[in-house]
Amino acid sequence: MIADALFYLFSVAAVVSGLFVVTRKNPVSSVLFLVVTFFSLSGLFVLLDAHFIAAVQVIVYAGAIMVLFLFVVMLLNLGHFEGEQTDFRGALGRFAAATVSVTLLALVARAVLGLEELGGQGVVAESLAGAPDPVGAALEARGPVGAVAGPLFDEYLIPFELTSLLLLVAIVGAIVLARRREP
Amino acid sequence: MSVPPEYLPLSLVVSATLFTIGVGGVLLRRNAIIIFLCIELMLNAVNLTFVAFARQLGVDGQVFVFFVMAVAAAEAAVGLAIIISVFRHYEMVDVERFDLLKW
Repeated sequence: MIADALFYLFSVAAVVSGLFVVTRKNPVSSVLFLVVTFFSLSGLFVLLDAHFIAAVQVIVYAGAIMVLFLFVVMLLNLGHFEGEQTDFRGALGRFAAATVSVTLLALVARAVLGLEELGGQGVVAESLAGAPDPVGAALEARGPVGAVAGPLFDEYLIPFELTSLLLLVAIVGAIVLARRREP
Repeated sequence: MSVPPEYLPLSLVVSATLFTIGVGGVLLRRNAIIIFLCIELMLNAVNLTFVAFARQLGVDGQVFVFFVMAVAAAEAAVGLAIIISVFRHYEMVDVERFDLLKW
């Protein structure tokens, strides 16, 4: 099946480029690899029936936020290192990062994959057992945009309006913080 | 075109892996911009979990992704403004050398 093949392709692309984000020395390549991760994730969103979210992911994340990051990297001229200069932490920091990452991954993998051993009572098993496919029904009834817009403007109307306030505060805060102070 | 519901655990594993990479990156790097990138990576990993669970538990998960994206945009704007402001003061963005509050 082509959907399964695409799912594996996008998963591998997301994880590999995510690794490159962390391991590249040059901040510009880190930002560009993060864009690749975001594109792969939006492909995964399409395969998981979240078409509108996938479009927003490309426009807002890969388009707007990453351009903002790239712009700041270039504004601060962080693109080049001289000689052995690096921003990786020392041996202790690397050990801590590796330990925390592996432990976290092991814990989550156990929670997700080890459900049969744990009695099969986890949220994944319950979710799969029910499986009424509410998103598919909403997509049938309202289309890809309407499926998200319906609840967004109905039961989540007040949080949605508060989001606009949050963005306004963020704009004002960003301007105040980044403004050049006159002596 | 979509994958069957049995892909939920696999989606969660991908999400967990991405989140772990983000955590490792925050601990590994000293460049404030890279740390921000890793935070964005973690936020997106959580979005993947929301979308994966939304298929069985209702469209509300996708609405939540919407709010996560709005908060991430606000956080990126303010955070980058702070980084620019700090850079003007110190001429670098190495988080180990911002030690004004250390004793």
